[in-house]
Amino acid sequence: MATTPCRFGSRRDFLKAAGCLTTGALFHHRLAWAQGSKLKIGLMLPYTGTYAALGNAITNGFKLAVAERGGKLGGRELEYFTVDDESDPSKAPENTNKLVQRDKVDVLVGTVHSGVALGMVKIARETGTLLIIPNAGAAAATGELCAPNIFRTSFTNWQTGYPMGKVVADRGLKNIVTITWKYAAGEESVGGFSEGLSKAGGKVVKELWVPFPQVEFQALLTQIGSLKPDAVYTFFAGAGAVKFVKDYAAAGLKGKIPLFGSGFLTDGVLEAQGEAAQGLETTLHYGDGIETPRNKSFREAYSKAYKGEPDVYAVQGYDTGLLLAAGLEAVRGDVNKKSELVAALEKAHIDSPRGAWTLSKAHNPIQDIYLRKVVGTQNKVTSVAHKALEDPARGCSMKKT
Amino acid sequence: MEFFIQLLNGIQYGLLLFLLASGLTLIFGIMGVLNLAHGSFYMVGAYLAYWLARQTGNMWLAIPLELAIVFIIGLILESTLYARLYHRDHLHQVLLSFGLILIFEELRSIFFGDDVHGVPVPESLKHSIPLTSTLSYPVYRLFISATCLAVAGAMYLVIQKTKIGMTIRAGSTNREMVQSLGINIKLVYRWVFAFGVTLAAFAGMIAAPVSSVYPGMGSQILIICFVVVVIGGIGSIKGAMVAALMIGIVDTLGQVLLPEFSGVAVYLLMAAVLLWRPQGLFKVA
Repeated sequence: MATTPCRFGSRRDFLKAAGCLTTGALFHHRLAWAQGSKLKIGLMLPYTGTYAALGNAITNGFKLAVAERGGKLGGRELEYFTVDDESDPSKAPENTNKLVQRDKVDVLVGTVHSGVALGMVKIARETGTLLIIPNAGAAAATGELCAPNIFRTSFTNWQTGYPMGKVVADRGLKNIVTITWKYAAGEESVGGFSEGLSKAGGKVVKELWVPFPQVEFQALLTQIGSLKPDAVYTFFAGAGAVKFVKDYAAAGLKGKIPLFGSGFLTDGVLEAQGEAAQGLETTLHYGDGIETPRNKSFREAYSKAYKGEPDVYAVQGYDTGLLLAAGLEAVRGDVNKKSELVAALEKAHIDSPRGAWTLSKAHNPIQDIYLRKVVGTQNKVTSVAHKALEDPARGCSMKKT
Repeated sequence: MEFFIQLLNGIQYGLLLFLLASGLTLIFGIMGVLNLAHGSFYMVGAYLAYWLARQTGNMWLAIPLELAIVFIIGLILESTLYARLYHRDHLHQVLLSFGLILIFEELRSIFFGDDVHGVPVPESLKHSIPLTSTLSYPVYRLFISATCLAVAGAMYLVIQKTKIGMTIRAGSTNREMVQSLGINIKLVYRWVFAFGVTLAAFAGMIAAPVSSVYPGMGSQILIICFVVVVIGGIGSIKGAMVAALMIGIVDTLGQVLLPEFSGVAVYLLMAAVLLWRPQGLFKVA
C-alpha cells in the first residue's frame, strides 16, 4: 500500500482522493492474488429438510480433513461459499449457477439427492468446473454422464446392491423377491442385486414396486407372504426404511422369510426401527466396529471436533477433503493446471476410515463393500462382502489420463 | 385367503383415510373454509404422540392429553386467524393455510429435528394374529379400524340425531337465518373447526405407531385426503366414508393386480367418478 503515491493537496479535491483510493484497492487486490488468494470452495448441500443431517455430516467431515492440514490445501487457504440445495432438483441449475457464475468457485462439492446432483453434473460438464460428489449414488454421474472434471467419493447404488446377491445365493437362498420404490436409486440397487444374484446361481422370482415416496406397504407384504420366497431384498431409506422394517416384522414375516437390504435400510434409523431391525443384514461401504487404527483416529477426531459420532456421510465428506487435498498438493494449489490436477486426482490413493480406495477410470471409488448385521443400535461389520468392487460404469467411455 | 387379507388391508387403510378426511370435509362443508393445513394437524398429532408417549410412557394417558392440546390449538387458530377469512375469497384461505403449513414444518424442525422417529405400539396391542403359515395380522391395525369405525358412528349420531348437530347442519345451509334465531353461530363454527383439526390430529396419533413420524408426513397425506373429499362430495361425511373405503380398496388391490399403474389407480378412480358425477358421490345441497 505504501508504494501507491497518494497525497491529498486540499480537502476540496475529493474526486482525486476517491480515484486514489480506488487505485490503491485494486493494486492491493492484485498484490494479494500474486501471493496466493484463497481457494474458493462451493458447498452445495441440503441444510434444511429431510436430508439436513446428511448435509451437515458431509460438511463437518470435509472441514475436519481440511483442519487436519492446518486449514490449507495445496498451500492455499480456503474460502467457503455455501448454498442450501433444499434437495429440490428443480432449483439445482439455479443454485449451481449461483456458485459457478456469481461466486466463481474453483471447486464444487455436492450433493446428497441424486436428482440435484445430476443437475450439478450438467452444469459442471458445461463450464468445466471441478465437481466432487460426496453422496448421491446415481449411476449416470460416473456412467453415461462421466467427465474428466467430475469425481465421486461415495458409492453407486449398484455397488451397494451387487455384493448382496452373492451373499444371499451362497447361503442357499435362490428364489428371491425384491421390493423397492419405483425410482432411479431403487431400480439401480435392485438391478445390482439381481446381477450379483444370477451370477451366483439364484434368481429374482418377482420384483415388487412401490410408487415413490409412498409408504403404504401392507398389500405388497401380504403378497410376499403368499409368494413364500427364500428371501427378500429391499432398498428403502429414511422414513420409508423405518416403516418397511417395522411393517415387515408386524406382518409376521420377520424370522420366517429373511430380509436383506442395501445399507441405507438400517443407517441412521436404528433408534426409530427398534426391535424390528435386530439381526437384519445389509451391505454398504462403511459400518460400525471397523477396528483399524485409521478408523479409530478418525472417529476420535470427529467426535472431539463435533458433538456426536460420525456416520457414513461424515466419512464421505472427510474423503472428499482427502481427495481434494491429494489433487491440490500435486499442483501446489494452482487449479488452473486442469489436466495435471485431474491426473493427480485420478492417481490418488485415499487412506479412508472405511478402508483404502482408489478411483476407477470413470472417477468412482473402487472400494470394499462390507456385510453388516444390526446389533442394538449398531450396524456391526461381520465380513467383507466384496473386496475392491468397481462399478461397471456402463455408458462411460472415458479413459484415465 | 390372500384376497381376503388384501381386502382387510384395503378397508383398514380406507378407515384411517376416513378419519383424516372427515375433518377436512366437515370444515369445508359446514364453514366453507379451505384448510390446506389439515395435513399439518395430522403431523402435529403424530409428533405429539411421539413426544407424549416418551414423557408419560403410556399411550392411553397421552391420548386424552393430546386431544385437549390440539383442540385448544384449533380454538386459538380459528379465533385469531381463520375467523377473519370467512367472507373472503378461497384464495386468501389457501394463502393463510399454506403459510401455516410452512410454520408447522419449521416448528417441527426446531423442536424435533429432521430425523425419523418410531413410536412404540402399546404393550397390550403388540401381538399379531397368525392367518397363514407365513402371514399374521397385527392386532394394532385391527384396533385402528375399530377406533375409526367408532368415531364414524359417534359423528353420525351427533350430527344427525342431536340438537347441536341440527344447529351445525342448519348453519351450513343458512348462516344468517341461524344467527337471527338467537344461536351464536360464531361459537358453533369455532367448535366445529377445533373438532375437525382434532380429528386429523387423532388420526395422526393412532397412525404414528405404524407409520413412524417424519418430516413432510402431513403434506404427503394431504393430497390423498383431498381426493377422498372430492370423490365423496365436498362436505359430505357419508361421502367421505364411501370414498375413503373405495380408495383404500382400489389402492391396495391396484398394487397387487396392476403394479404398473398402482401410482395412478386412485387418480383414475377420481377422474372416473368426476366424469360420472362432477359434484362427487354425495354432494350436500
